[in-house]
Amino acid sequence: MTININKLEPKDYASNQEVRWCPGCGDYAILKAVKKTLSDLELAPEKIVFISGIGCASRFPYYLQTYGFHTIHGRAAAIATGVTLANPALDIWIISGDGDSLSIGSNHLLHLLRRNLNLVYLLFNNETYGLTKGQLSPTARLGTRSPTSLHGSENEPVHSARYALGAGASFVARSVDVAQKHLLGILRRAHDHKGTALVEILQNCPIFNDGIFHELTNKKNSPDHILELHHGNPMIWGVNHDKGLVLDPVNLSVEAVTIGCDGISETDLLCHDEKNENMAWMLAGLNRRQGMPTPVGVFYAVNKPMLPQLKNEDPGKEDLHQTENLNQKIKKLLDGGHAWTVS
Amino acid sequence: MASNHDKNLFQKRETIDAAVVRFAGDSGDGIQILGKQFTQSTALAGNDLATFQDFPAEIRAPAGSASGVSAFQINFGSHKTQTIGDNIDILFAMNPAALKVNLSDLRDGGLIIIDENCFTTRDLAKAGYDVNPLDDHTLDHYRLMRLPLSNLTIKAVKTEHISIREARHARNMWALGLALWMFDREKTTVTDWIRKKFAGKTHILEANLTALDAGFAYADVTEYNANRHLYHVPEAPIETGLYRNVTGTETLCWGLVTGAMLANLKMVYCSYPITPASDMLHLLTGLGEPYNIIPFQAEDEIASVCAAIGASYAGHLGVTGSSGPGMALKSEAISLAVATELPLVIINAQRGGPSTGLPTKTEQADLYQAIWGRSADTPLVVLAPRSPSACFSAAIEAVELAITFMTPVILLTDGYLSNASEAWKIPDIDAITPFPVKRNAESLTPPLPYSRDPETLARPWLIPGMKGKIHRIGGLERQNQTGNVSYDPQNHHEMTLLRHNKIAGIANRIPRQKVEYGPDKGLLAIVGWGSTFGPIHQAVRQLTEQEYIISHIHLHHIWPLPGNLGTLLSCFEFILIPEMNMGQLATLLRSAYSRPIISYPKVTGQPFKISEIVDAALKILEK
Repeated sequence: MTININKLEPKDYASNQEVRWCPGCGDYAILKAVKKTLSDLELAPEKIVFISGIGCASRFPYYLQTYGFHTIHGRAAAIATGVTLANPALDIWIISGDGDSLSIGSNHLLHLLRRNLNLVYLLFNNETYGLTKGQLSPTARLGTRSPTSLHGSENEPVHSARYALGAGASFVARSVDVAQKHLLGILRRAHDHKGTALVEILQNCPIFNDGIFHELTNKKNSPDHILELHHGNPMIWGVNHDKGLVLDPVNLSVEAVTIGCDGISETDLLCHDEKNENMAWMLAGLNRRQGMPTPVGVFYAVNKPMLPQLKNEDPGKEDLHQTENLNQKIKKLLDGGHAWTVS
Repeated sequence: MASNHDKNLFQKRETIDAAVVRFAGDSGDGIQILGKQFTQSTALAGNDLATFQDFPAEIRAPAGSASGVSAFQINFGSHKTQTIGDNIDILFAMNPAALKVNLSDLRDGGLIIIDENCFTTRDLAKAGYDVNPLDDHTLDHYRLMRLPLSNLTIKAVKTEHISIREARHARNMWALGLALWMFDREKTTVTDWIRKKFAGKTHILEANLTALDAGFAYADVTEYNANRHLYHVPEAPIETGLYRNVTGTETLCWGLVTGAMLANLKMVYCSYPITPASDMLHLLTGLGEPYNIIPFQAEDEIASVCAAIGASYAGHLGVTGSSGPGMALKSEAISLAVATELPLVIINAQRGGPSTGLPTKTEQADLYQAIWGRSADTPLVVLAPRSPSACFSAAIEAVELAITFMTPVILLTDGYLSNASEAWKIPDIDAITPFPVKRNAESLTPPLPYSRDPETLARPWLIPGMKGKIHRIGGLERQNQTGNVSYDPQNHHEMTLLRHNKIAGIANRIPRQKVEYGPDKGLLAIVGWGSTFGPIHQAVRQLTEQEYIISHIHLHHIWPLPGNLGTLLSCFEFILIPEMNMGQLATLLRSAYSRPIISYPKVTGQPFKISEIVDAALKILEK
């Protein structure tokens, strides 16, 4: 084992800017996990770019000692696309909230995913508009009351993971802000993925949506509500580790069962397969069903063609264009096939 | 068609010094191909020329209907041309609808060539004629040449391999053959083109060649000769050099490519399909990587400008192109580029508006939008080239200004400039001084992304990947020097002033505004911008020849305005501004210089005619 004595610590990835999220905001935990990940992966800070849209989450780049671009509402994916086209050698991370990603910016997210640019997309989902004071988010559940849904939301929420799968995503995962260990594992997987890696991070907003993920974060009974996905392993959850998923082949759906009841044993359970799109699809909608757990982990991870298929070129490099040669080509272009001489 | 009656010099040909010919037919009739090929032969014959395509917004409007008429106009002569010509001398009308739509532009005594096979009751009804115009007095003011053009083509072309329908398709080549003969041209350029175009499709190739030959020979062997519609247009005294025929779309794209090379940058061209800007996306995509272009068709207008901004942020030259409605969608992102002070070139090929408006027609109505169409104080540079030729240097200038001043630059062209063509003297690109990007040789510790070059007020272009230059930028107001987020009131005031002064200062770096034609002071100056150059210039020349004292001033730098413009305008008693909008430049100059200005708006979707400007000027001159 070799030890890199120049290795940067997580604190070395912090900028000198004061972090200005509300006390108790889930973003602090995510920031911590990201800094740790950058350190663990030993990434060179000058090669890293964090690009964000608008919203609480999108202030993220200011707090990192890397390159950062805080752009406009919903457009982080579009700007990151240009950055990736220009310099695919950079380590590009998009930070965006649920409103930013799935309302105003949903079109860009759709096309980013289907183009499969090589970058990591962290979707902070707190199911509310925090920075603008608690309006109804596209991911808010039915019945959610907010200043813009006084009698409770009547609209079906966007299921982030399903949206991503529908867009042709090659990597879809979910984690929870305070589940540091899990989050670190997922961030590393996302970074290792070749293509666009979408990670939905369920995140608490202590001001406008406090406790919305309480079921998943309280130590006592969260195991009854969280299903940790592990590729190749049977899907089991519960405080007693006795709940599992089986396939109902008649209704083509997954159903919850209890190990030991009705003759069910662990071998009857469905095993998670990250490369199975149909399974990913069923899991992505699972948490919306009564009595079902919220899956976390990698839903789907496959290799797909990536854009851009370009040479890695560093725009900072001197004279990268072989000017002489280009000059001749342009002259030929201008002279064209149909020129004539006036003498 | 000005004639000097110099007959019999070339066989039975009449020598004339200019002609305006319009080819018109259904949008599926191959009119644009016909026009382009005639143009190429005109250029090779040594005439100066200008062309314009007028086609419907629908790809295939109902066949034979007035809304489906496509036209191609060429003005050529033995002198400097500059406009597409006020009135048509010769109209090729391939069907009744083409006749109906275009007749009003034909001069009295002009020649109409029609395909009489297409004047059946059904065709006439589709065009909306109750009575056949060939039979009543509709065409009394004109000379009419009725030809059974369809039948002649079919007769010449039909073989066992070619159906009647396919044969009839070669009508455009038959008409082209006739036009070439009428104007004393060689066929070779066209036959070369046909051979290349239809290589591998032997029957179609043969059909087109045969139709061309048949049209060319027709005049020789029929009574057509007696009608004597045979002309010769002598060569124009053109500056020596290498020429080619170009549209503004082509020169603009090539200018961008050349500008990026001179800047030692790769260009990322990001766009979303929109008429009339799509052709730039096609052309630059076609050139692609060998020309250091990364083309990108984005999912929408907003994404295209954002991707261009991202490319510039990463150190390449980000460019986006669109038209008015797309520009509106891009405006928030353009504000971000102004705020973060990133280089960006934006091309707006203006079209008729508002909203979807007239997609295929020309207008200059986005001047307000270009200068002021964003939230808050967001100054940037606006340029407006005057001709297809001028688009080349304008694009290079836009690249240089964008990277020198770290600013977005909007290039305003329009539907006319995009599609119109003219003879272009191919420039020597080696004679242009390169302006390679210098990326912060000085080592700033810590990096100060919002420090300023004292001369230009530009900030340094620090790009991801640079060691020791790590910093954050964004749309929130940035602290002077450091770029860190700052809500400090005084800082916002200072930064707003800096952004303003940076752009305002460009006024002293661009050339002084000169008078294009006529004296530097006097009674009347006609001030124009962009594509109105040709008709204004010709109008002012004509009036000068008639011994009026009149001047032409033409603006290329729309924002900032040249530093001496106010003084220059104060030297004229009257200022007349013809523009293809409701008076936007007039408003701008009134507010900038408090000068009384007479606005002459025209928003028909068509360029100005010379005579319209002459008439407007005379109203002032003869007061």
